[in-house]
Amino acid sequence: MVWRPTLPTDSTRLDVRKTYKLYIGGAFPRSESGRSYVVSNAKGKFLANASQASRKDARDAVVAARKAFGGWSGRTAYNRGQVLYRIAEVMEGRHEQFSSEVAASEGLSISKARAVVDASIDRWVWYAGWADKLAQVVGSSNPVAGPYFDFSLPEATGVVAVLAPQDSSLLGLTSVIAPAIVSGNTVVAVTSFERPLPAVTLGEVMATSDVPGGVVNILTGSASEIGPWLASHLDVNAIDLAGILDPEEATALEVASADNLKRVRRPAQEDWTEHPGLSRLTQYLELKTVWHPIGL
Amino acid sequence: MGRFEYAPAPESRAIVDIKSSYGLFINGAFTEATDGKPFKTVSPASEEVLAEVSEAGPADVDRAVKAARKAYEKVWGPMAGRDRAKYLYRIARLIQERSRELAVLESLDNGKPIRESRDVDLPLVAAHFFYYAGWADKLEYAGAGVDPKPLGVAAQVIPWNFPLMMLAWKIAPALAAGNTVVLKPAETTPLTALAFAEICQQADLPPGVVNIITGAGRTGQALVEHEGVDKVAFTGSTAVGRAIAKSIAGTDKKVTLELGGKAANIVFEDAPIDQTIEGIVNGIFFNQGHVCCAGSRLLVQESVYDEVLARLKRRMGSLRVGDPLDKNTDIGAINSAEQLARIRELSQVGEDEGSERWSPECELPTQGYWFPPTVFTGVSQAHRIAREEIFGPVLSVLTFRTPAEAVEKANNTPFGLSAGVWTEKGSRILWMASQLRAGVVWANTFNRFDPTSPFGGYKESGYGREGGRHGLEAYLAH
Amino acid sequence: MYNRKQAARNPIRLGRVTTTDTGVDSLADVTSSEDRLRRFLLGLPGVDQVGAEARAAALSTRSIKTTAKAYALDLAIQMIDLTTLEGSDTPGKVRALCAKAKRPDPADPTAPQVAAVCVYPDLVATAKFELRGTGINVASVATAFPSGRSSLAIKQQDTRDAVAAGADEVDMVIDRGAFLSGRYGLVFDEIAAIREAAGDTHLKVILETGELVTYDNVRRASWLAMLAGADFIKTSTGKVSPAATLPVTLVMLEAVRDYHEATGLHIGVKPAGGIRTAKDAIKYLVTVNETAGPDWLDPELFRFGASSLLNDLLMQRTKLATGHYPGPDYFTLD
Repeated sequence: MVWRPTLPTDSTRLDVRKTYKLYIGGAFPRSESGRSYVVSNAKGKFLANASQASRKDARDAVVAARKAFGGWSGRTAYNRGQVLYRIAEVMEGRHEQFSSEVAASEGLSISKARAVVDASIDRWVWYAGWADKLAQVVGSSNPVAGPYFDFSLPEATGVVAVLAPQDSSLLGLTSVIAPAIVSGNTVVAVTSFERPLPAVTLGEVMATSDVPGGVVNILTGSASEIGPWLASHLDVNAIDLAGILDPEEATALEVASADNLKRVRRPAQEDWTEHPGLSRLTQYLELKTVWHPIGL
Repeated sequence: MGRFEYAPAPESRAIVDIKSSYGLFINGAFTEATDGKPFKTVSPASEEVLAEVSEAGPADVDRAVKAARKAYEKVWGPMAGRDRAKYLYRIARLIQERSRELAVLESLDNGKPIRESRDVDLPLVAAHFFYYAGWADKLEYAGAGVDPKPLGVAAQVIPWNFPLMMLAWKIAPALAAGNTVVLKPAETTPLTALAFAEICQQADLPPGVVNIITGAGRTGQALVEHEGVDKVAFTGSTAVGRAIAKSIAGTDKKVTLELGGKAANIVFEDAPIDQTIEGIVNGIFFNQGHVCCAGSRLLVQESVYDEVLARLKRRMGSLRVGDPLDKNTDIGAINSAEQLARIRELSQVGEDEGSERWSPECELPTQGYWFPPTVFTGVSQAHRIAREEIFGPVLSVLTFRTPAEAVEKANNTPFGLSAGVWTEKGSRILWMASQLRAGVVWANTFNRFDPTSPFGGYKESGYGREGGRHGLEAYLAH
Repeated sequence: MYNRKQAARNPIRLGRVTTTDTGVDSLADVTSSEDRLRRFLLGLPGVDQVGAEARAAALSTRSIKTTAKAYALDLAIQMIDLTTLEGSDTPGKVRALCAKAKRPDPADPTAPQVAAVCVYPDLVATAKFELRGTGINVASVATAFPSGRSSLAIKQQDTRDAVAAGADEVDMVIDRGAFLSGRYGLVFDEIAAIREAAGDTHLKVILETGELVTYDNVRRASWLAMLAGADFIKTSTGKVSPAATLPVTLVMLEAVRDYHEATGLHIGVKPAGGIRTAKDAIKYLVTVNETAGPDWLDPELFRFGASSLLNDLLMQRTKLATGHYPGPDYFTLD
């Protein structure tokens, strides 16, 4: 292809491009490795240089996620619901930006991309509403045969590593991050390698929508490269392998995840436009049962 | 006045009829193992050989899984929920009818005191079947979707500490949900599972719905890895649980793991002191400490440390160690020579690391595997006896000053199965319960179990829950 | 066997402390004012009902057989305060009861005597006469038994009457109304006053646990009574339901054990009312043995307030000796 730059004229403004960086602990660093990689659109046209996250970036992201976990999981469910709803609100304001990034990344027409963004925002709204209903739906009061008050409540598992879908750059990403954080988990997400730009923008949304730093950390780069470090990381409690396409690779990550008995979400054929159901949400929950005597 | 010495009060063995040898229970009948060797199961209290049991080899495992598959596809899967329920109710009743016999058999094979097998294990076993029986025709209300489906064939591997209770925890929800099972009891405690096979026959349970195969780790591995298995449920050590998680990686098998623990039992200065001492004793000496959720780390607020220790030691002095079949025995035999060696080794490590070891005066029998109730003081978080699961009657005592420090120490472990909190202050109980990273929190009580109450761990204590509606979900596709 | 004279002969009084020459010193401060007493009692560790009852239930599962059973049955008989406390009591009824106390099983002279006969004050003289030379004590209820709703002066006089008539032991009731309304000082002073009126007579303080309702209250009342000079703490009058229960007795045994730890003094415990079978009595003895300890397996420190219990103990005793089940017709009613 012949390189034909567009020169500014009186009627066409030279635009200010965005630098796409990682999102770790509420800040936007470049990869500590200094690496970046070329991100092209579906037709192969250069879009941006994305930071290529390294294992050390992943390590830093896990530290940030762990640090944020106590505070985030300790918030009231009502508050978490509001924060997730706020994400949807802020996304709505960036609708055009997301749409053009999704269109470019996934090779969709702008109208189809807009529909994807609509669905993504609606998904945040759907999950936001779950925050303060979850305990009632999945918890229980247990009628034990004795003088004890006994109840079971869901709690967040901890730090969840998410290897985001490779195809669905925003809706897929939303569908794997939202169910983890709504219940109080914190997330280290590795984006789609070839379509990372909407994810970086989502990070910018996080930074401006009351999501505490560290609750969502976004690493652009290769899940195959970073995945094994997250799978074997002993301070990660769960892992979503959605973005791993090669079955052998997925198996290897599942094996590594067993070292500290991570809760593993195996990759599967998923249609991200379908109703998500509760299974992903409940995957990153622990159930805590509390007993206390009933007496005078 | 003389002393009140309790005369021996042994439960009669005559109630149990132990055969000299047992085959494998496959497809509704006891059959010879085709490719395994027989092995012996002994009474840990006397080292007497109780029976010879078959080791299931790969071909036997294959037969059992195929029998379970066929029963699943032809009979149990299609069967109406109300009929599955009735089979389970039958089983529950048969267990109640044969309760004393099963308790004696359990104590003989496992070494646990008859008081516990009779008053704790067996009532819970029957209750578990009753509870899940009622679910069998109500699955659409179990929170797993409007039309939940069973998974298929469940491979279930259980430990030796509560042989029949663990069997109930595994088999009852699996069958209620419409799965069929192949269960492997631990190699040192196969007898009550084999008795349960007879109960399945008495209940006229269709052949292949429950298959019991005996053997050691190799048999368990072959079972778990068999490609005809849809679901794996394991209770046991974290090491084996980890190996299972690895072995099923990349398959479609669902798995639940209930693994080890190192529970903190936290005593505040305002605790109800006498019940707390009982709770500490029950927490660590119940079932010889062979309990994954045992309160093996006692965290005592410094302000009451001396008092708690003095009272605990006095109470330990009244524990009666000895013949498991004696109705007055509080602490029975260690389950195996291997486990005894592990307890001894870790206790020695405790001493070597500088902790102070104490046991009350107690005469241990000369035959069999025995270990006295033991408490280590001066233990710190860094010591191995504060970190590793000893799985014996050995308590490590640590101290704390503030609730936050108690939480920090309690959570400072890769495990997360259970915890105990003792305080009269309600708001503190709820705060502690919310902070402790453990699947079961007992406040002002310890080691309570109920079929309606979900049980299972955080972190390396495993995943999935057993008991309650949640225990059923582990056997349903959703 | 124990120098219980040290225990409470010099009662501690609120506001004018006169401690004894023993370990009670360590607790002297506690009773130096009503406020301190109150803070002490409210500061005692709580009792978790479910845990306490679970412990009692576990102790109930002990299986006492053969030689241990024979020992326990005889011990239980020797611990009985054979009791009649009816409006219809007469000298004739009391004489019959005393005969039973001396020779519980006419068919078996090896059956031991009971510890005491317990009657109303006006029948003390009768009982005293019947039991002369036997070593069996006469216990008298006093202090406007069972409700205790009378003036202190009348309660003191009631006590002095019983002592004058020859009572070896006085079973007083506490003012439950005062206790439940938090007037611990009043309860304390009243016990101390009765202690004084009783002189050297053995003083049992009835808490009436059925009206105190909670185990926390039972523990507090136990300590209150011990601090005020009780030789024994007793569960119940027998006129209120529930009377003695195993968990209540367990909590009281824990209190006397802890009091002993603090002071070196031995205080006795008497469950009364509702204990009717040998099986029940043995459960209590097991609880004594494993809570307060073997020291308390002695009529000097543990009693059963009962009447029908005696015949069941005798029947079990006969069964153990002969191997046959006896029938009630072979045992005397009183």
